Amino acid sequence: MRIAEKFQELKAKKEKALIAYVCAGDPSADATREYVHALVKGGADIVELGLPFSDPVADGPTIQAASDRALEAGMNPDTYFELAASIKEQVPLVCMTYYNLIFRRGVEKFVKDCAASGITGIIVPDLPIEEADDIVKACKAHGVDTIFMVTPVTDNDRMQKIFNKGSGFIYIVSRLGVTGTRADVAKSTKEILEKVNTTLPRAVGFGISNGKQAAEVIAAGADAVIVGSAFVNIIASQNNVDEQLEQLARELKAGCST
Amino acid sequence: MQKPTYGRFGGQFVPEVLMPALKELEEEYERYKKDPEFLRELNYYLTEFAGRSTPLYHARNLSKKYGTKIYLKREDLVHGGAHKLNNTIGQALLAKYMGKKRIIAETGAGQHGTATAMAGANLGFETAVYMGAKDVERQKMNVYRMELMGTKVHPVRSGSMTLKDAINEALRDWVTNVESTHYLIGSVVGPHPYPMIVRDFQSVIGTEVKQQIMEKEGRLPDSIVACAGGGSNAMGIFYPFIADTDVKLFPVEAGGCGMQVQGKTAMHSASLGAGEEGILQGARTLILQDKYGQILESTSVSAGLDYSGVGPELAYLAQTGRIQPGSVNDQEALDAFHELCRLEGIIPALESSHALAYIKKMADTGELGDLVVVSLSGRGDKDLETVLKLKAGACEEKL
Ligand SMILES: Cc1ncc(COP(=O)(O)O)c(C=O)c1O
Repeated sequence: MRIAEKFQELKAKKEKALIAYVCAGDPSADATREYVHALVKGGADIVELGLPFSDPVADGPTIQAASDRALEAGMNPDTYFELAASIKEQVPLVCMTYYNLIFRRGVEKFVKDCAASGITGIIVPDLPIEEADDIVKACKAHGVDTIFMVTPVTDNDRMQKIFNKGSGFIYIVSRLGVTGTRADVAKSTKEILEKVNTTLPRAVGFGISNGKQAAEVIAAGADAVIVGSAFVNIIASQNNVDEQLEQLARELKAGCST
Repeated sequence: MQKPTYGRFGGQFVPEVLMPALKELEEEYERYKKDPEFLRELNYYLTEFAGRSTPLYHARNLSKKYGTKIYLKREDLVHGGAHKLNNTIGQALLAKYMGKKRIIAETGAGQHGTATAMAGANLGFETAVYMGAKDVERQKMNVYRMELMGTKVHPVRSGSMTLKDAINEALRDWVTNVESTHYLIGSVVGPHPYPMIVRDFQSVIGTEVKQQIMEKEGRLPDSIVACAGGGSNAMGIFYPFIADTDVKLFPVEAGGCGMQVQGKTAMHSASLGAGEEGILQGARTLILQDKYGQILESTSVSAGLDYSGVGPELAYLAQTGRIQPGSVNDQEALDAFHELCRLEGIIPALESSHALAYIKKMADTGELGDLVVVSLSGRGDKDLETVLKLKAGACEEKL
């Protein structure tokens, strides 16, 4: 499913989107398939499936540890695409990974494999727009969106370039730093949302972990919230994981709807 | 717009949040590198604090042994015991002119961390250094040296707990504190403009060599040999000679315990010689990686050479054939370490011992010519414990 279709569907229902991240293969491909099912059942509208990299510089300790577990368990790009193809939930799947894995496979082949396995968006946190011509071109050819980030230190000029190059949605990093859960919502969230003047849906991520925070972000004007580390923490706990994932997704989705 | 690159290599592969900081750094550097006040102050620190210029020393006994005239560029005599301070004093001064309050750095063995601590203390910065937990354990004295100078040392427990992971963690700090903090990277690696800035600050080595060799010999050397981890002492000594195509340039990498890969670990650190194109820590360069693009850990007896990547400009120069990469293994480096101690009364760093070992390795080929300059990038006092432990042989335990 394409990302734009999903946002249209939600718009008709007057809902905002919950975008959930999990790291593929943490702790196994089969488990990830189950977890995605639980997340969607709980209300996740889009699933970001992380393809683990050995050196994830944009990630905090939670997702670093998840990447290590997944790599240790044998996840690699080949098994990743098999896993993606086997996920049958009716939501857009987005690949989140670092550029070396894409470059090594060949940009064209990587994007083609995404499209063939039902992935309709790509986020590459270490690929700024200046280096992204190859992947944007390949994505256009294969019907995959390239999602770029904006941050509190991105100026208006740069934002405009990012809006022009990006598709699917704009990923708003609401605070300086790496991924991970935080107790509060960044004060800069409202400010930055006001600056993000685009027709693309605006999704806010980095630090959101509960329904209350989700509601605040939506109230500040966002079209979607992105939650990763909070789900990954549940997976790391190995305790009633499916149930807890579903429950947290439900709480967050409720936050998106108030 | 594509960012400046070295052929296919280089670029800026970093999170979006760092792009404004890289732009600011590039603009400020372009401005201050032409600013007479900045240059005067830099020169003052290089002379009065770092102790430059360093001698170009004719190693008579070594020359005799290998039948060629060998000069050692004595970077081991720079304050702190290595070439690292050339770069840290330059970048710290730049950070001061830029109005930054805090500097951070990564370090492997602790040489760059120590040089950062020196510059940080002297210029009044809050200073933090990231260091792999394994290296903290192996290099206790350097940790203590940094702490004495007021630097906060953060042990890094992610990944392989060595240099590559320390760089990741320093990048994470920078992403979080980018507005107040300058990331003082320690070699000619990372995103543009770092490879250029570090090269420029280290070029003082080659600039001095050129003048000194003309004074002593009335001609340029036939070849220059330097060890290469990230590649900063190599780029620094090579750069002023790039256009002098009669001067052969040999970067020497760590051959470690052999050219094979065991599991997730390459038993060497020879990214120029055996690496493949990829993207690591901000730059497109040659890296040690598996077939999927996961980064391999590297191996070397010398912590300063133990890195899975190499500077993009070196990758480019190797590709064009202007430089000719070589490697020596742990044992060869150890032998060269002992040889210099006995023949010249100089204790070299294990990193620099790789460059020395290459002389021996190439002696019979005649490739190096009659007049050779070796970059003696650092002194070996920091390595005595390692050397003592390895009496039995460099690789027995690892293989
Ligand atoms: C004495 C010495 N030489 C060489 C190196 C390797 O660094 P580079 O390749 O950047 O010169 C180091 C790094 O710590 C060092 O301490």
